[in-house]
Amino acid sequence: MSARARPKTDPRPVRTRHLGRLALLALILLAGCASRNDLYVLLPGKDGKTGALVVESGGKKQTLDTPYAAARVKNVGSVDGLKSSEAEVKQDFGPALEAQPKRPVSFYLYFQRDTDEFAPESKALVNQIFAEIARRPAPEVAIIGHTDRVGSMQYNDVLSLRRAERCRDELIKLGIPKVRISVAGRGAREPEVQTADQVSEPRNRRVEINVR
Amino acid sequence: MKSALIALTMVLAFGIAVAAAQDAGQIKTSKGSAQIERSGQKLPATVGQVVQQGDVVVTGADGSVGITFRDNSLVSIGPDSVLAIDRFVFDSTTHQGNFDASLKQGTLAVISGKLAKQSPDAMKVRTPAAILGVRGTEFLVRTGPAKD
Repeated sequence: MSARARPKTDPRPVRTRHLGRLALLALILLAGCASRNDLYVLLPGKDGKTGALVVESGGKKQTLDTPYAAARVKNVGSVDGLKSSEAEVKQDFGPALEAQPKRPVSFYLYFQRDTDEFAPESKALVNQIFAEIARRPAPEVAIIGHTDRVGSMQYNDVLSLRRAERCRDELIKLGIPKVRISVAGRGAREPEVQTADQVSEPRNRRVEINVR
Repeated sequence: MKSALIALTMVLAFGIAVAAAQDAGQIKTSKGSAQIERSGQKLPATVGQVVQQGDVVVTGADGSVGITFRDNSLVSIGPDSVLAIDRFVFDSTTHQGNFDASLKQGTLAVISGKLAKQSPDAMKVRTPAAILGVRGTEFLVRTGPAKD
């Protein structure tokens, strides 16, 4: 008697009760079975420095900051830390790693003070630059001028760009079409040697030829 | 002199690619089936092809593509991958700007460039399940539904 009466006391309609059970079933399935196959791996830097990668999924965060530190995301909102290795990485990411473009290489030409005249020893570098260009598919050359800290910021921005343009003209004369070359002036923002303001420093009066 | 001649020959062989300011990067490696989707059109993702903001790079089962961006970020994808270049802005004087990319599926290898070096928030990579903050680094991403 009481057993028959009990269902009648449940105020929810039959369909809602079924939905409740279905939702519970879905939760159990989700917890036990991954919906995604995501993997994030931090590699050691080639220069010996390893950076950091912050992996965030559904409000959960994990910072990877050691070589081959990895995170697996099986469901949005679950980030599991693990450790990968050189061998595992090759297996998981072989074709993407093989497709990486060659790393850009920079050459430096130096200038006489407050001019766009090359220092004499810089001229010998030009052949090396050509050889590097020849080694690369679809080569590009980014020419980036730099100055020391003598003079104002605006003056140095203009001077650094003039040095880059002077270099571009030289390279074009030597046979590289203009369309492959871009120029930029970094002014005194990226010194090779740190100095106080208004200090003349020959090592900072340079143009970077970045071949990529 | 010999190397200079080789350089000249190579440059001429690849023809003219205009290095316009709106170009985000250029394809340096390409294997198998690979395409760029740009405003409804499909272009072959061949070596020398420029990549622009808004492009989607797609590879087939045998495909891979490697791109060098203007800030020297090196980005490559493996087979069955879809990578959207959502935003690329780079000021070559100040190194400020933004690089946002989304890997919709597949595998990705990144060596970050000048943008990430200048500012830790400049480069973001998204997947359907996560968002990655890049602190000047080399990393790998795989994203896709779980296989049974």
